[in-house]
Amino acid sequence: MPCTGRVDILHLLKAIEDGADGVYVAGCLEGECHYLTGNIKTKKKVTYVKQLLEEIGMEPDRVEMYNLSSAQGGRFAEIAREMTEKIRQLGPTPIKN
Amino acid sequence: MSDLKSGSNLEKVLTAGHFAFTGECGPPKGANVAHLVEKFQHLKGNVDAVNITDNQTAVVRMSSLAASHLMVHEGMEPNFQMVCRDRNRLAITADILGAQALGIKNMLCLSGDHQTFGNHPQAKNVHDIDSMQLIKLVTTMRDKGTFANGEKIDVRPRLFVGAACNPFADPFDYRVHRLAAKIGAGADFIQTQCIYNMDKFREFMRRAVDMGLHEKCYILAGVTPMKNVGMANFMRKFVPGMDVPDTVIKRLKGVEKKDQAEEGIKFAIEQVEEFKEMEGVAGVHMMAIEWEHKVPEIAERCGVLPRPLV
Amino acid sequence: MIVADRKPLTEILKMIEAEKKILIVGCKGCVTVCNTGGLKEVEILAASLGIARKKENSALTIDTTIIERQCDNEYVAQLSETVNDYDAVLSMACGVGPQFLSEAYPDQKFFPAVNTTFYGGAVAHGIWEERCAGCGTCIIHDFEGLCPIARCAKSLLHGPCGGSSQTKCEINPDTQCIWDLIVSKKMELGKLDDLLGVRELRDWRSARDGGPRRSIREELTQ
Repeated sequence: MPCTGRVDILHLLKAIEDGADGVYVAGCLEGECHYLTGNIKTKKKVTYVKQLLEEIGMEPDRVEMYNLSSAQGGRFAEIAREMTEKIRQLGPTPIKN
Repeated sequence: MSDLKSGSNLEKVLTAGHFAFTGECGPPKGANVAHLVEKFQHLKGNVDAVNITDNQTAVVRMSSLAASHLMVHEGMEPNFQMVCRDRNRLAITADILGAQALGIKNMLCLSGDHQTFGNHPQAKNVHDIDSMQLIKLVTTMRDKGTFANGEKIDVRPRLFVGAACNPFADPFDYRVHRLAAKIGAGADFIQTQCIYNMDKFREFMRRAVDMGLHEKCYILAGVTPMKNVGMANFMRKFVPGMDVPDTVIKRLKGVEKKDQAEEGIKFAIEQVEEFKEMEGVAGVHMMAIEWEHKVPEIAERCGVLPRPLV
Repeated sequence: MIVADRKPLTEILKMIEAEKKILIVGCKGCVTVCNTGGLKEVEILAASLGIARKKENSALTIDTTIIERQCDNEYVAQLSETVNDYDAVLSMACGVGPQFLSEAYPDQKFFPAVNTTFYGGAVAHGIWEERCAGCGTCIIHDFEGLCPIARCAKSLLHGPCGGSSQTKCEINPDTQCIWDLIVSKKMELGKLDDLLGVRELRDWRSARDGGPRRSIREELTQ
C-alpha cells in the first residue's frame, strides 16, 4: 500500500482472527510521512487494536507498529528480527481455525 | 431590616447593631448523639448561632434537621443548612415546615457540593430548584404564607434566611452581582466562604458597599483557622473555589510544625480584628470544623466575648 | 444526535456466552455518525468477538448487517426473513434500536452492544460532547444559546455556584463551567440584568420526570 494510513483496524483484527501469530505495521518515520499524517493515524489505530486484544485476553504485543525510512534496509531487517523474536517468546497464537 | 422576621438570637444580635459571631458544627457520620452534644458544649455561649451542615461535601451525615433539633433541645440556636442537591421541592418544603415545628429559627440556603466529592458518588442528583429559588421559596412561605404552588400555609415558618457567598470563585467580577441577586431574592444574611486572600476580599467588600448591599443584608465574613501547612496546601489544591495565597502558606511554613496551629489562630484573630472595622461587614462566621474545642479560646482572643444577650 | 459507546467486550461476551450463532445489526443513524455502531464498527465487533471465542475454542458463527435506522419499523421489517435464524442478536444502535427490534420480533433475544449516553455533537474529530438533556422546555435563548440544564453539573438556573474555578467546573478540571460562559457573554452584551432576577421554578413534567413521553403529529396520523 502507498501509505500505512491505509491500514484499517479491521485488517489487523482479521489477520489475528485468521490465525496470524503476529502482525506488524512498518511505517515512515514520524514527521516524514509522504502523505503527511498517515503514519500518525495508523499509530492510533494500532494502539486501539492492542486495547481490543487486551480486553479479550489476547497478548497486545502480537500487533505492533514500527517507524523507519525506506532507505533504512538494516533497520528493516532488525525490526523483522525483533518482531519475530517477540512473537516466538509469546508463542503461537491461541487461535485454532 | 426593622420588624423581626424570626425572633432568632442571631437576628436580634444583628438588628441591635452588634458584631455577630457565629460558629459551625458538622453532624456525625452516624447516630451518636452523645458525641454531638459534647461538641455543642464547646460552642455554647461563645457564639450567637451555630451552622449545622447538611451532608457537607456530599458526605452522608445525620440530617441537619435532626441535629438542629438536638441543638435546640440543648438550649442553643442552630442555623439549619439545606442543600438543593439531595431533595426536590416537596422534601424541601416538608423540611421547612418541620424546621418551624421543631423550633428552628435560622436557615441557610445552599446548592450543595456535587455528589462526586462525597462518599456516595453513584447517587442521582436532584437539583429540582437551585439556591436562588430556595431563598425565594422560603421567604415567600414566611412573608406571603404561600407554598410554591400558591396554596396557603396555616402556620408560616418564621425563619431568618441566609445564603452563602464565595467572593473567590470565578468569574470574580460577577460575584458581587450574584450576591445582589441573592439579596434581591430575599436573603436576610450572608455568610461568605472562608477567607484567606484579604486583598481580594477587601476589593469585594468595596464593591458590595458601593452597591449598598450591606444596607439590605447582613454580611458575615467567613474565617477558618488553619491548623497546619498541610491543611493549607490541601485546601488550596482540592477545595473548589478556595483561594489560599502564597503569603499564608509561607507564614505557616515559617514556624515549627508544633507552632503552626497557633500561627493559624493568630492569623484568624488578625482577620477578625480587621473585619470588626471593615465597612459592610456585620460579623464573622467562625468555621472551626472538628476543632470546636478551640472555639472558646479563639472567641476570647478575638475579643468577642461575652456574646451580647438580646 | 444520540451518542453511545460500545460496551466493554467482556460484558458483550458474557451476554452471548451460551450462543452459537449470532447476528450483529448496525444502524446508519446516530451511531454511525459517532463511530460506534456503523458498518465498520459492526465488523470490528464481529472480528473481536470471533478472536475471543476462537481463543476459547468455543464455536461462534457471526453474521453482520446494517439497516438505515433501527428506530423505524419500515426498516426494522427488512430483517424479517433472517432475524429468527439466530440464537441471539446484538444491536449496535442506541437504546431505542434493540427495543424496536424486540417489539417487532418477540420470539428473538436482542442484546444492546452499546451504552447510550447523551444528546450531543462532535466538537472535534473523534470527540463528542453533551449539549441537551431533553428537558422538553427549551430555554437556551435566555442564556445566549447555552443550556444550563444539560451543561451545568447541578443544572443551576442562577449559576455559577461557588465551585466555579478558572472557567472550569468543580467536578472536573476538563469540564467547562457553562455558567462562566453564560455570564461572560451576558456581560459582553451588557445584558447582565437578565441574570439577576429569580426565575420561576421549572416545570419538570415536560422532562423524563413527568413519565415516559410521547409526541404526536395529528396531521400525520392515519
